[in-house]
Amino acid sequence: MKKTTSKNIALAAIPLLLLISGCANKAVDYRSAMLANPCAGCHGTDGVSPGSIPPLNGLSSKYIASSMQDFKTGQRKGTVMNRIAKGYTDEEIKLMANTFSK
Amino acid sequence: MNSMGRRRFLKILGSASALGAMGLPSLSFSKSTARVVVVGGGFGGATCAKYLKRFDPSLDVTLISPAKTFVTCPFSNMVIGGLHKMDFITHNYKKLSGVHGVNVVHDTVTAIDPATRTLRMAGGQSLGFDRLVLSPGIGFQWDAIEGYDQAASKTMPHSWHGGSQTVLLRKQLEAMPNGGLVVIAPPANPFRCPPGPYERASLIAHYLKQHKPRSKVLILDAKDKFSKQPLFQDAWDEFYPDHIEWVPGSQGGTLTRVDAKTNTVYADDEAFKASVANIIPPQKAASIAHTAGLTNAKGWCPINKKTFESTIHKNIHVIGDASIATKMPKSGFSANTQAKACAAEIVAALRGDTIGVSSWVNTCYSLITPDYGISVAAVYRLSEKGIMPVKGAGGVGPRDASRETRRMEALYAEGWYKAITTDMFG
Repeated sequence: MKKTTSKNIALAAIPLLLLISGCANKAVDYRSAMLANPCAGCHGTDGVSPGSIPPLNGLSSKYIASSMQDFKTGQRKGTVMNRIAKGYTDEEIKLMANTFSK
Repeated sequence: MNSMGRRRFLKILGSASALGAMGLPSLSFSKSTARVVVVGGGFGGATCAKYLKRFDPSLDVTLISPAKTFVTCPFSNMVIGGLHKMDFITHNYKKLSGVHGVNVVHDTVTAIDPATRTLRMAGGQSLGFDRLVLSPGIGFQWDAIEGYDQAASKTMPHSWHGGSQTVLLRKQLEAMPNGGLVVIAPPANPFRCPPGPYERASLIAHYLKQHKPRSKVLILDAKDKFSKQPLFQDAWDEFYPDHIEWVPGSQGGTLTRVDAKTNTVYADDEAFKASVANIIPPQKAASIAHTAGLTNAKGWCPINKKTFESTIHKNIHVIGDASIATKMPKSGFSANTQAKACAAEIVAALRGDTIGVSSWVNTCYSLITPDYGISVAAVYRLSEKGIMPVKGAGGVGPRDASRETRRMEALYAEGWYKAITTDMFG
C-alpha cells in the first residue's frame, strides 16, 4: 500500500468494514474477485482443488506471490503457469495471492 | 467487527486499495430483493447463478434449465474415445439449490419481453426479473450443408451437444467394422470449442489403433488452419501417422453435401462412403437468443464488452458461446470466467457501484492420448478493441516440450475438468 493514499483508503474502508461486520450485505471486493475468480476454473473454488491441479487455499500469500513471480520470469518451470503469470502485473499478483491466503 | 483480527483488518484495507477508483458499496442497499434470472444451466449459467449468490446471498436468483441433469461437451471426447463413461460427464443442480440457495426451475424459456422484464416458459409459468442472464449455448445452421438437417443428425451425429448425441457416436464407433472410415467434418470459424474436433479425431484414432487398426479418421475441414495446429500435427505424426488424415478446406476439405441414407459425405464433389460420419455444422446462438431479438445478422449476440449486457436490450446479459466476446474463444472456460465477471457486474450495478477492472482467462487442454496433453491459455483484458489477450502472455505450449510436460498436461486436463465442474455445480 502506498503511503500517500493510506488516509483515503482508511476512510474509504470504513463503510466497507461496517458492511462486512454485520450489516445485511457483505461488501464485495470487486477487484480481487475479478482477478482471482478465474483461477478457480483450474485450482477450484476458493483455491480448493478437487483434482490433480495444485490447490491454492491455505498457502501463504508470500509463497503464492513468489511462485507467480518465478513462473513469470521463467525461473520456475511449469506447464501453463509460465504463460498465464505473464498476464498480470506485480501488484495484481500480490492482490491475488492475498485473496487465496485469506 | 469483533471477530475480525487486526491482520484481517489490514488485509481488507490492502485489498480495498482499488475502492477509490471503483466507488463504494452503497449502505442503502441493505435489503436486496432484486430478482436475477439465469437462463441456461451449463458452464455460463450454472456458474453465474452460484457466483451471484456468493457475492450477495440476499439476491433472489432463479436458474432455468430444461433438464435435471447436464452433460458437458468438454470431456465428451473422452467418452467417445472410450476413456470415460457418461456418468463422468453428467452433473446435477442439487447443490446449487440445496447449498447455495438458487431457485432451480426445470423448464424451457419460450419468450422474453425486455419491456416488461418478464419471461414465459413452455410449462405456462411466467417470471419477472430485474436482471436476466442468458447463457443458452449454441444452435445449428441446419440449412448450411445440403442434406444435413435434424433428421440426418440421427444417423450422422454432430455430437456437439453433450448427451444422446455423445452416446450415439460412441455406439457407432463400437459397431463399425475394422477397416471402416470415420469422417469428421468441422465447420468454419466461429464455432464452439475450436480445438474440439481435433481432440476428437485424436481420441477416436486412439480407439481405432487399439481395436480396429485397419480403420482411419478422415478430417474434411472447412478451414485451412485450426487451433493448436502444430501441436496436434506433431503428435499425429508420432502416434497416428496411419490413422488420421486432415484435408484443409482449400484442398478439397469443404463439404458440398451429405447423403444420410447412404452415409456418404461429398467434399469438392468427391464421395466418401463413411462407416461413421460426424458432421459438425456451422453454428449460431441458441434459438431463445433469436426469439428474444438479441442476435445480429450473423446469428450471435452483441454485448457491452465490460458488463456483457446486450447492446440491443437493457438489463439482459448474454454470456458464453452465444455472446460476441471479441477474441475470447467459445469455450466452457471462457463461459465460466465470463459468468463470474458478469455476476460481479450485476451485483455492482444493483448497488450503484462501478468496477474499475475487468479480467478474464481461458485455459484449454486437449488430449492426444490418455498420457499426452497439450494446452492453450490466455489472460484477457478490456481495451478499445474489445476483449483482447494480454500481449506477451498466454499462447500454446512449446512444440519441443518434454514428454513429462505432455504427461503433466494430460493429468492437469482431468484436474481442470474436476475443478471447473465443481466450481459450477459443487
